Amino acid sequence: MGLSDSFFGSKFGITEHDLQSYLSEALSAGGDYADLYFEYVTNTSIGIDEGIVKSASEAVTLGVGVRVIAGERTGYAYSDDLSPEKIKKAARVAALIAKGPATTLTANLEESQKHNLYPMITTPHEAALDARVDLVKRADAAARAYDKRVFQVQASYADSIREILVATSDGKLTFDRQPMARMSVSVLARDGDGVPQHGYSGGGGRVLLDFFLLEKTPEHFAKEAARQAIVQLDAIDAPAGESTVVLGPGWPGILLHEAVGHGLEADFNRKGVSAFSGRVGQQVASPLCTIVDDGTIGHRRGSINVDDEGTPSQQNVLIENGILRGYLQDKLSSTLMNTQSTGSGRRESYQSIPMPRMTNTYMLAGESDPEEIIKSVSKGIYCATFGGGQVDITSGNFVFQATESYLIENGKLTRPVKGATLIGNGPEALKYVSMVGNDLKLDEGVGTCGKEGQSVPVGVGIPTIKIDKMTVGGTAA
Amino acid sequence: MSDLLSIAQSAVQLALKSGATDAECTCSEGEEFSVGVRMREVEKLTQAGSRGVGIRVLVGKRTGSSRTSDLSPEGIQAMVKSALELAAITTEDPFAGLPDPEEFGQLTGDLRLYDPAIEKMDAAWKIQQALRAEEVALAYDPRIENSEGAGFDTYLSARAFANSRGFAGMYRSTTCGLSVVPVAKQDGAMERDYWASSAREASRLESPEEVGRKAAERAIRRLGARKVPTQKVPVIFEPRTARSLLGDIFDAVNGGAIYRHASFLAGKLGEKIASEHLTVIDDATIPGLFGTSPFDDEGCPSRRTVVIEKGVLKSYLLNTYTARKLGLKTTGNASRGLAGAASVGTGNFYIEKGERTEQQLIAGIKQGLYVTELIGASGNTVTGDYSSGAAGIWIENGELTYPVSEITVAGNLKTMLLEMEQPASNLEFRSSLASPSILIREMTVSGQ
Repeated sequence: MGLSDSFFGSKFGITEHDLQSYLSEALSAGGDYADLYFEYVTNTSIGIDEGIVKSASEAVTLGVGVRVIAGERTGYAYSDDLSPEKIKKAARVAALIAKGPATTLTANLEESQKHNLYPMITTPHEAALDARVDLVKRADAAARAYDKRVFQVQASYADSIREILVATSDGKLTFDRQPMARMSVSVLARDGDGVPQHGYSGGGGRVLLDFFLLEKTPEHFAKEAARQAIVQLDAIDAPAGESTVVLGPGWPGILLHEAVGHGLEADFNRKGVSAFSGRVGQQVASPLCTIVDDGTIGHRRGSINVDDEGTPSQQNVLIENGILRGYLQDKLSSTLMNTQSTGSGRRESYQSIPMPRMTNTYMLAGESDPEEIIKSVSKGIYCATFGGGQVDITSGNFVFQATESYLIENGKLTRPVKGATLIGNGPEALKYVSMVGNDLKLDEGVGTCGKEGQSVPVGVGIPTIKIDKMTVGGTAA
Repeated sequence: MSDLLSIAQSAVQLALKSGATDAECTCSEGEEFSVGVRMREVEKLTQAGSRGVGIRVLVGKRTGSSRTSDLSPEGIQAMVKSALELAAITTEDPFAGLPDPEEFGQLTGDLRLYDPAIEKMDAAWKIQQALRAEEVALAYDPRIENSEGAGFDTYLSARAFANSRGFAGMYRSTTCGLSVVPVAKQDGAMERDYWASSAREASRLESPEEVGRKAAERAIRRLGARKVPTQKVPVIFEPRTARSLLGDIFDAVNGGAIYRHASFLAGKLGEKIASEHLTVIDDATIPGLFGTSPFDDEGCPSRRTVVIEKGVLKSYLLNTYTARKLGLKTTGNASRGLAGAASVGTGNFYIEKGERTEQQLIAGIKQGLYVTELIGASGNTVTGDYSSGAAGIWIENGELTYPVSEITVAGNLKTMLLEMEQPASNLEFRSSLASPSILIREMTVSGQ
């Protein structure tokens, strides 16, 4: 596809000459590099609450961001008006970061390679509204039908198409059309006059609407949310103090995202402020752990054909058999660290400067049978589902919230326990991984990662693992 | 800038002409300046402006919403059309609708939300402030050799709101902020902390010297942190972490959680739910503060609401919809971005200060925890269960002693509120949530 057939070429008449003139303007005061990031996002969301479809909304966001890099300095400006005068004005403002004679553009723009991870003719966003409303109605009905103790259901469905164009002063031109769809269901259940309990489930990805009709149906998410709420009705206080912890497969992979992922983003390491700084080649996890960040898995929420700087995504090995192998790089950090971008330069929107970010972060499967892992624990907790997590990359301390957990007593799961925060230290915690299951599972597609105020969609995955020591923040001493 | 209001009003008229029975429209614009410096050099500089408009239409008892950043006549037509199309797929909701006519209104007089001095700040001066704050932090102690940087930001914005019942209002506001994140190192272990000051008025901003020094003090005092044994002790939350607990209190009095029975405070109006030492107020009328505005996001006047008075739950915080669901009147707490149904937000939501200094609070504790950071703080609004990662300083015999980290604090908000001692006197309005230091008689600290 050439520029003239691309979204921005055909809808806004943007030509190669235009792009070159904006890039020249951006480098009019010098600088090493400039890029343009055009974005047009349309989004629909529909919500049901108390059995009533109470909300339906649409949003259109468009704009262009202009970036100029001079050494370690970045100048940035954006415009939500795509007229040539406004874009040139933004380019001149971004250029203020550099102080020198103009840098001459030499390269012609050439369309660069990218993956084709989410080909589709009709995205969910373009499907009939009725078909999409039906999803939340089905979720509502299924959650209520699951158990008569369910008394509140909120379900939502959202989809979007994000069209991007990246043009760089080193001659690269890329377009991508990034569809996304997601459902979520939130349920409250209670026993008589007892304390209500909450359950949550959701998922999606860069998928066709058929995904919700054939693979992960509204009933699937509804039953899972209702099941969690019902399980919680019998939960006892979570233990307090150090414990053996077994993580179930899938979404508990958020442990990796917090414990190591953020700490391996190159910007923090370039600045020497991460607990992992300067530790490439060192043992930072048990030899059973191999952890990758992979943006190239088809249809996943965290996958991207190309990052927001025009670099194709790739599979990056972060930790191999416990040894730290490398960082997640964007253009700025990789240039300053004399290496290559790993396709990890992402941004929330045209209003934001790209940074090294994760895509889908997961641990490769090991050899243990998950049942054997649980059997090996005489006293501990098993965490099946998580809420969110957070990390202080400098000290390395991270937390994640277990929302569905069970006591393990003499090799068996016994009582469910209440939600609790678990805390550990990134470069230390994974050294205590003593068993890794053969049941690697990726999450269902609900992750959103926040960094410096910017949110991007991500995925995680993990097999069942056993961690010999971690602090569990319950109340039962 | 004045065209924001006329854009909103004409979008409302267009919606009525196109078949809406009622409509409300928000139109806003903002201008951002942000500089980041690191290790004495400018690292990034962003300057830009943006605008947006959003509409919510009612067709009888059905509603649809749409927003766009395309403010051209075509963009607004497309927005109105899509909102009407979306309304058609929703279900009739007997409680949907604009506020009752007698509820509309706005505060008059100068609320000091806009300070021209912020608009006039010179870019070079702003960069200097950030450089100075970082320099002060770096010079504070030889153990501070590194920094995640310092920043100075300003934001100018305007917001207009109009609806089909004749309400029209607009206000401008300014914000400026200075922050620094020093990194301290000792025996190979690093700790970072930050200090930030922000204000609607330039004169209220703390100096770079103050911001740099406070950030440095905080980073240094975390060095050499250890874990403590798991135990139940009194816990003091300093103002920054107390604000997070106050956020949990807000979630529990939010009318949206109340009508869904998703709050441990649902059905408790008039009951004693906290210790007599706790009074919580929401006041969106105090001039110059972040939570202040002339009217809320559905055109009802801002006001002061006593939420908890000496431990008794006096009022929930409500918008029109949640009030109708509960058979109550709105408290003027409607909040929204540009489009969609309004949710409930805060004005200036704060815990009333007590008489003792923070030091006196600490002096009364034999063994306990002084919490300076919460990480992944998570109160469960439904059950009140509370568990969060934490870092802080251990209290022994009435004095702050050594730093602690990689621990959690846990309890249940229901008992935590009842076991609250008299708050300290150090209340400062640094954001729309504000709390003095608070002391909870007993929580579980998990460590080794």
